[in-house]
Amino acid sequence: MSDALDIDALVDEARSYIEAAQSTEEIRQMTANVSGKKSPIAEAHRALGGLDPEERKELGRRLHGARTTIEELIERRRAEITFEELTREMAGARIDLTEFIPGAIVAPPARGHLHLVSQTRDALEDVFVGMGFEVAEGPEIETDWFNFGALNIPPAHPARGMWDTFYLNLGSPESTLLRTHTSPVQIHLMEDAVVNGGLPIHAVMPGRCYRRDTPDARHLPVFHQIEGLVVDRGITFADLAGTIEVFTTAYFGPDIHSRLRPAYFPFTEPSAEFEVTCTICHGEGCRTCSMTGWIELGGCGMVDPAVFDAVGIDTDEWTGFAFGFGIDRCAQMRHQIADMRALIENDIRFLRQF
Amino acid sequence: MRVPLSWLRDFAPFEGDPAVLAATLDDLGLVVEGVEAVGEGLADVVVARVDKVTGIEGADRIRRVVVDSGNGPVEVVCGASNFDVGDLVALAPVGAVLPGGFEISRRKMKGVVSNGMLCSGRELRLSDDHEGILRLNDVEGAGVGCALTTALGIEPDVVFDVAVEANRPDAWCIAGVARDLAARLGLPFAIPETAALGHLGGPNPGGTAVPGAPIETVASVRVDDPELCPRFTARVLTGVVVSDSPPWLARRLTLAGMRPINNVVDASNYVMLELGQPTHPYDLDRLAGHGLVIRRAGPGELVTTLDGVARTLARPGPGLGDTGQDCLICDAEGEPVAIGGVMGGTSSEIDTSTSRVLLEAAYFVPMAVARTSKRLNLRTEASARFERGCDPAGIDRSAERFCQLLTRTGGASLQVATGVIDIVGDVPGAVEMNVRPSRINALLGTEFTAGGIAELLTPLGIEATPSSEDADSTLRVTVPTYRPDIRPFPMGEADIAEEVARTYGFARLPRRMPAWPQPGRLTDRQRDRRLLKDVLCGLGATEAWTTAFVSESDQVDAGFDPPYVEVANPLVEAERFLRSSMAPGLMRAVLYNTERRQGDVRLFEVGTVFQLPEGPAVDPEGGPLANTSECLSAVFAWDGDDAWTAVAAWRTIAEALGLAEWAMWDHTRVGRTSRVLHDYRSASLVSIVTEPGGDAGASVHPTFVGVLGELDPYLVGRFGLLNPDGRPRRVGWLDLDIGVLLDRRRVPRRPEESRPISRFPSSDIDLAFSVKDSIPAGAVERTLRTSGGDLLESVELFDVYRGPSVGEGGRSLAFRLRFCALDRTLTDDEIGGLRSSCIRAVEQAHQAVLR
Repeated sequence: MSDALDIDALVDEARSYIEAAQSTEEIRQMTANVSGKKSPIAEAHRALGGLDPEERKELGRRLHGARTTIEELIERRRAEITFEELTREMAGARIDLTEFIPGAIVAPPARGHLHLVSQTRDALEDVFVGMGFEVAEGPEIETDWFNFGALNIPPAHPARGMWDTFYLNLGSPESTLLRTHTSPVQIHLMEDAVVNGGLPIHAVMPGRCYRRDTPDARHLPVFHQIEGLVVDRGITFADLAGTIEVFTTAYFGPDIHSRLRPAYFPFTEPSAEFEVTCTICHGEGCRTCSMTGWIELGGCGMVDPAVFDAVGIDTDEWTGFAFGFGIDRCAQMRHQIADMRALIENDIRFLRQF
Repeated sequence: MRVPLSWLRDFAPFEGDPAVLAATLDDLGLVVEGVEAVGEGLADVVVARVDKVTGIEGADRIRRVVVDSGNGPVEVVCGASNFDVGDLVALAPVGAVLPGGFEISRRKMKGVVSNGMLCSGRELRLSDDHEGILRLNDVEGAGVGCALTTALGIEPDVVFDVAVEANRPDAWCIAGVARDLAARLGLPFAIPETAALGHLGGPNPGGTAVPGAPIETVASVRVDDPELCPRFTARVLTGVVVSDSPPWLARRLTLAGMRPINNVVDASNYVMLELGQPTHPYDLDRLAGHGLVIRRAGPGELVTTLDGVARTLARPGPGLGDTGQDCLICDAEGEPVAIGGVMGGTSSEIDTSTSRVLLEAAYFVPMAVARTSKRLNLRTEASARFERGCDPAGIDRSAERFCQLLTRTGGASLQVATGVIDIVGDVPGAVEMNVRPSRINALLGTEFTAGGIAELLTPLGIEATPSSEDADSTLRVTVPTYRPDIRPFPMGEADIAEEVARTYGFARLPRRMPAWPQPGRLTDRQRDRRLLKDVLCGLGATEAWTTAFVSESDQVDAGFDPPYVEVANPLVEAERFLRSSMAPGLMRAVLYNTERRQGDVRLFEVGTVFQLPEGPAVDPEGGPLANTSECLSAVFAWDGDDAWTAVAAWRTIAEALGLAEWAMWDHTRVGRTSRVLHDYRSASLVSIVTEPGGDAGASVHPTFVGVLGELDPYLVGRFGLLNPDGRPRRVGWLDLDIGVLLDRRRVPRRPEESRPISRFPSSDIDLAFSVKDSIPAGAVERTLRTSGGDLLESVELFDVYRGPSVGEGGRSLAFRLRFCALDRTLTDDEIGGLRSSCIRAVEQAHQAVLR
C-alpha cells in the first residue's frame, strides 16, 4: 500500500525542515508548516474520514506515531537552538562588573524581612545580654566526645535514645555527627576556659541543630536551640530558677511565669524541665496546654559533676547551671504557628508577616 | 507506662482527686501524659438473657431481639449477629450513659422501637472488640439481672500514663511509682504479700505453694560468662496447668497495656509491671538436658527469637565500643534458646502442653544488653528495663512473687521445687557514701539541716544517718541497689541533692536572680552579622531558611565535584549530602514562590556550608573532620535584577562594614562556588591588605571573600526559573564567606581615628581614557587612587562609552577625581601636576589613552 511510504516521506520531509531551522523564530514558523492545521500530516488526518473503519484505525495509529516523532524532533531542535543562542548571547555580553556607576543604584521598592527564627534568636540574645550573658557559638559538625561523651553520655548509654542522631561518613563509624543539641558548645567553652583561664562563664549559645525526626507540625530535622551556661562561685539551683523566671517575664511578658519540675538529663544534676504559663490562655487552661495552664519550654539543671570532671573544672570551687530550649518553639508559641513546616517553606507571604 | 490507681493502692493508701495525684506525680518528675477513667459509665449496664430473635421486614442488617434482665421482656434492635437465644449479653437500658458520655435513648428503627442497646466490648471500653456484642455465657457469676461490673469484678478505676525518665528503672513499675508518691505524700509504703491480695479473687485465693522435689534433681544451670550475666537464678514449678489467667489478673494487665496470654506468661508480665524485674519462663521439658547454660555467643551464631526472626549474633556493631558481645541462654546441650535480657526463643516457649516451668530471674549487664538490643534493632520490654539497670537484689522477691501468683492460678496440683539455683558473680552492691549537708545546700541554695535531709531521703528507701546532732553534720548514706542512678561520692552528692529536692518539691525551692560583675555583650562578629542581614533587608531581600540536606545533582549544579560530606543515615536517601553551597536551596525557594505567582523576590540566607577536608580524615579526638564555613548567599530575582544588582549589594555591604580596601577581580576560579556563575557576568571579591610602609601597590595580599555576578542561565533553567518566553530568568548572585569577611585581621576596616575634613574648596578633574575591554575599570580606578596620593579625596566612575570613536574591543571610561588639601586651596599648577601624574600612571599601567 502506498500510504506507508507517504507517511515515512512526510516525517522525512518534516525532519529536513526542522534541521534547517536556525533560530527560535524559524522554529516557530516551521512548526506551523510541519505540524500546524495546514500541514500535510493534518490534512492526512482529515482524509481519514473517507476510509473504511479497519483501514482508518490502522492509518490513524500510524499518523499519530508520525506526529509524535515530528513533535519530538521540533522540541529537540528548539532546545539546541536555545542553547546556541544563549551561548552566542553570553559570549557577546561579556561584561566588566567593575564598570559600575554608583549613581545607577536603584532604591529597592520594599524592605526585606528577617526570617522569624532570626528575629526570635536576636530577641532572645538581647534579653540574655541584658541579663549579663555573652553570646557564644560552636560548630554544627561535632565528634562523639563533644556531643555525647563529655556530656556524661557514654556510648550505648540508654539516654542516647533521647537524641536521634545523624551520623556522618567521616572517620570511624558513628564518631562524627551533626550536633543534636547546642550543649557541645558548653564543652568547648569550658575546655577553653580551663586552658586560657576564662572562668567564670556566663554565656548563651544559640545555633542550628539536627535530629533525625521526620518533619511534622511540631518537629523539623533541622532546628534551632539556645543554650545557657553559668559557671561561677556560689551558683545554686536558686540562681537557675531565678534566671529562668527573669528571662520568662522579660521575653514573654509580665503575666508569663515559669515553674520547674524534676527531669533527667545526663549532663545536669539535679535536672528540671521548665514550663511557662501558657501564652494562649494565660494559665486559664486551654487545648494548647492540655488544660494545665503550662507549656513545656526546655530543660535545665545544675551542671553534672561528671561534666565538670570531663573538662577539668574543680567542683569544690565552681558550681554552675545550664539550660536550653528551642528557638523555633519560642517563635511557634509566641506567634501561634500551627505547623512548624511553615518556617522552612520560604513562602514570601509568610516571611513578610514578621 | 500505664499505671492503674487501684494497683498503686496495693502499696499505699492513696486517696483524693486523681487530678491532684497526677499533678503530684508530675512534680516528682514522673510526668503524667494522660489520665484515663476506666470502668465508669457501666453502672447501669446489666446482664440479660436473649429470649427471642426475629428479623425485621425490609432490613437485613438489624434484628429484633427480646431480652430479659430480670424485670420482664425488653425489646431492642441490634445490628450484631454473633449471638443466639439463650446467650447472656450486656444490656444498656434506656437512660444509661456509656463511657464517653453516650446516653441511651428510646429509638425507632424501621418501625421497631428499641428500648436499649446490646453492647460490644469496645462500646463499654472493656476491650477493642467491635466485631460483635459482648457475650457473657462463660463468665462465672454472670446471672440474669446482675450488674455487669459485679459479674466481671470491675470497679471504676483511673489509669495514669506516666513517662518515666531513662535514669529511673526503679520507677518503671507500679511499686516504684507508689514509693515516690507515698514519700511525697507522707504515706506508709509497703510491698504486700500476694496472699494479702485475696480480695481480688481467683481459683486458688491465698494458695500457698506445695513444696516439691529438690530443684537440683530436676534442673541444672551453668553460667560460663559471669561478665555478661553476673547473677542468674532459676526456680522450677511442676504440675502446672496452662490456662487463661483469672479475670482480675487479666484486667490488671489489660489496664496496664499488656495483652493477657496465659497464666504463666501473664504471671511473668505481672511481676515485671509490678516490681520492674523481667523474668522468663521456660518449658523445662522442652529444654534439652533439662537445664541452661549461659554463655557468650560465638561469632556469627544464629538464633531464632520468639518473633520468628533468625538473628545473627556476635558481630561488632557500628557504634563506638560495640565489640559484638551477646549473652546467649542455651539449653544444657548448648543450643541457644534465648538472647539474654532481650528475647526468648520459640523452642522452649510456654504452651498448653507445658507442665513444668523453669523460671529465669537474672541480672544482665546493662551496657551489654543496650548494645545487643541496639545492634539487633530488637527492643523489648525486658531489654529496655535491663539496659536501664534492674535491681540485682530484687530478683528473689520478683521470682517468689511469680511463684506465689502461679500457685494461685496454675492449678491445684502445682508444686514448687524445693530450693533455688542461684549463681552470683560480681553484681553491683549498695552505694555507701558520706554526704555533706553544706554541699546539698550549695547546690540547691537551701538551708537544710542534716536531720531534715535524712527525713526527706528515708521514705525513698535511702538510708541516711547524721553522724552527730549538728545541723551540718555529715550524713552516712546507703543507697538501695534499685537506684543505679545514684552514683558514689563525690558525684553522688549531686544525685542525693536531686532526691532531696524532689521529695521536698521543686516549687518550694528558693529563687534568686544571680549577679556578676562581667557585662553581657555580643562579639564583633555577631554584631557585624546582624548588620549584614540588616543591609540585605534594606536592599529588599528577605531571609530564607533552606535545608542543609541536598542531592548529588544539587552539589554538581552548585559547582562541587564529589566526594562530599555524607550522612550515614539520611532521612531521605537521595538527600544524603550536606550542602556545599546554598545556591540550590535558594533557587528552589525562588521557584516555590514563582509557582505561587510571587516570584519577584530577593532572598538571602546566612548559614553553614560543608566541604570535605583535603587529605586524610583527622582523628575524631583531634578536631573537626569536615570544613565548614559560614556564608551569606543572596539571590536577586526581582524583575530587572541581574549581575549589577549583586554589585550594588556588595558595594552597600562594603560601605556598611567600612572596609578599608577591596577589589573585584575579573572572574577567576578561586575557592568555592564559581560554577553557579556564568563566566561572562561574574567576579571574585577580594580584600586587599597593603603592607604598612611598603610601596603602595607593590606588596598586596589579596584575601578571597566571595563571589558575585549572575547565576548561570543553564542552571537557572534547570531549576525551572523561566521567563514567560521560556528563557531562563536573569538572577543576580552574591556569596560571601562571612568567616573571612568579618575577620578584621584578614579584611581590614577603615582606621578608627577620624580624618579631618578640609575647610578649603576642592577641585574636580574629569579624565576619560580609552581602555581595552580586557582591563577592568576597577584596575584603572585603583591606579588613579594610588597616583592621586593624599590630596585625592575621591574617585568615581561616571560614564562608560562604547562606540565608533573608541573602536572595537575597548571603551571609554570617564572618572571624576576630586582633590583637596587640608591647609590651603590647591593652585592650578598643583592640580595640573596631579592631573599629569594621574594620566601618566594610567597610560603606563594600562596601555590606556587619554581622550
